[in-house]
Amino acid sequence: MPREYLPILIFLAIAIAFPVAAIAAARLIRPAAPFRTKLEAYECGIKAASDSRGRYTVRFYIIAILFVIFDVETIFLFPWAVRYKQLGWFGVAEVAVFLAILAVGYVWAFKKGALEWV
Amino acid sequence: MHAIISHPLFAPVLITLALIAAVPLVAGYLSLVERKVLADFQVRLGPMRVGPHGFLQPIADAVKLLIKEDIIPSDSDKAIFWFAPCVSTCAALTAFSVLPFARNIAVADVNVGLLVVSSMSSVGILGIILGGWSSNSHYSLLGALRSAAQLVSYEVALAFALLSGVMAAGTLSMQGIVKAQLEHGVWGVFANYGFMIVPFAVYIIAATAETNRAPFDMPEAESELVAGFHTEYSGFRFALYFLAEYANVFVVAAVAVTLFLGGWLRPFPGVSWLAVPLNYGFPAVLLGGSGLLTLTLVRKLKDPLQQKVLVFLAVTLAILGAVFLVPAVNGAVAGLFWFLFKVSCLIYVQIWFRGTFPRFRYDQLMNIGWKIAIPVGMAAVLINALLGMISRA
Repeated sequence: MPREYLPILIFLAIAIAFPVAAIAAARLIRPAAPFRTKLEAYECGIKAASDSRGRYTVRFYIIAILFVIFDVETIFLFPWAVRYKQLGWFGVAEVAVFLAILAVGYVWAFKKGALEWV
Repeated sequence: MHAIISHPLFAPVLITLALIAAVPLVAGYLSLVERKVLADFQVRLGPMRVGPHGFLQPIADAVKLLIKEDIIPSDSDKAIFWFAPCVSTCAALTAFSVLPFARNIAVADVNVGLLVVSSMSSVGILGIILGGWSSNSHYSLLGALRSAAQLVSYEVALAFALLSGVMAAGTLSMQGIVKAQLEHGVWGVFANYGFMIVPFAVYIIAATAETNRAPFDMPEAESELVAGFHTEYSGFRFALYFLAEYANVFVVAAVAVTLFLGGWLRPFPGVSWLAVPLNYGFPAVLLGGSGLLTLTLVRKLKDPLQQKVLVFLAVTLAILGAVFLVPAVNGAVAGLFWFLFKVSCLIYVQIWFRGTFPRFRYDQLMNIGWKIAIPVGMAAVLINALLGMISRA
């Protein structure tokens, strides 16, 4: 079984080598004339007013947490999706219950306003 | 020599090298196609200067990006800034390793092929977040945050749409999915009494959002964020992000074709008398006709060198069309033709979206993702299960 994955590993190695080698090779022909103002972060021509790594809105964290919940859910469903015809009505009923529990959580998040983007 | 050719890894490595060489070229020409098609929508000509009708524009762009100065901002995290675009490019390229281009043309056919593609699209998000974070610029960080939130939101809808496709095929292997459609005698999108059109629609919407393309191109909304997460990137590093974006456009179209549109199967794979008109006639007429139409453009050009390049292009197209009429070759290339033809059609649709729809506001985009795409995708999985069980009984 692992033998089937060997071509993917080889592909991955070449896919990593390609951009790294290309950047390294480009160094030989491209100019390099840096000076201080050129190396400043872009801020429409004025000096950056503050460090960019400050606080940002909590919405992004909520989206990230919701994503983890729903993505794990879909991963659970993949094995069932492959074999659901063999598992029969019992499997469908189990998955319906599983999805119903998640739907309750989804409705709760909806009511709480976690899906609103202000 | 014979020992090398008969080695089981010979064909996969050969296809790998061909793909890694071809993908940057394809990505470059996709950008030309996009500019030309958008220009056509807006009744203008698009790039016309480099080569006849801008044919060599992608080559010129690539050379220009290669010899541009590579600026690394002094406040950035140098190491992360260095390899973030490599992560994106590498992930986008690796997704190609399981795509079934034809019956025998694929680098690897593993039994979880679809999961390899979706995991690679997740790794690609990392490249965007790392790049935006390490730049230490307000625009980059905001672009990366927006991008990450958008990608993870639509990833869930995308996974639900893929689930429905997997249920219709009963396997995760990319070649297996195509072969299941051959057995059922119907494309995935028309399976389950035609209901599969719903997950297909969810997939197309989510895939457009996943590739950061209009009308969901929030991460690089030029009017708000300069260039989003790659504001600070220049030269070849920018080219790598660009390459990753267009490679992803190809990958999502290829996955849609494999799951829903029959992969390398011709239309009506079960109707045998259509084999000659569809496998021989259609590609020959399409490519030969394109060659002839290209020839009619030659007279309008003034520069003799450009005329020669265009004649060369037309003759190449005509020869490609003629190749499909040779029975011995046709069997090997007809599947590849249909796969690439369907992918091209879907990519054209994506460009069409960009030419037609105005950009969404960010809250609208999140609403579509969380309040419409995910519930519809979830319901589609259940309804598909019920329909599949009924049709089995």
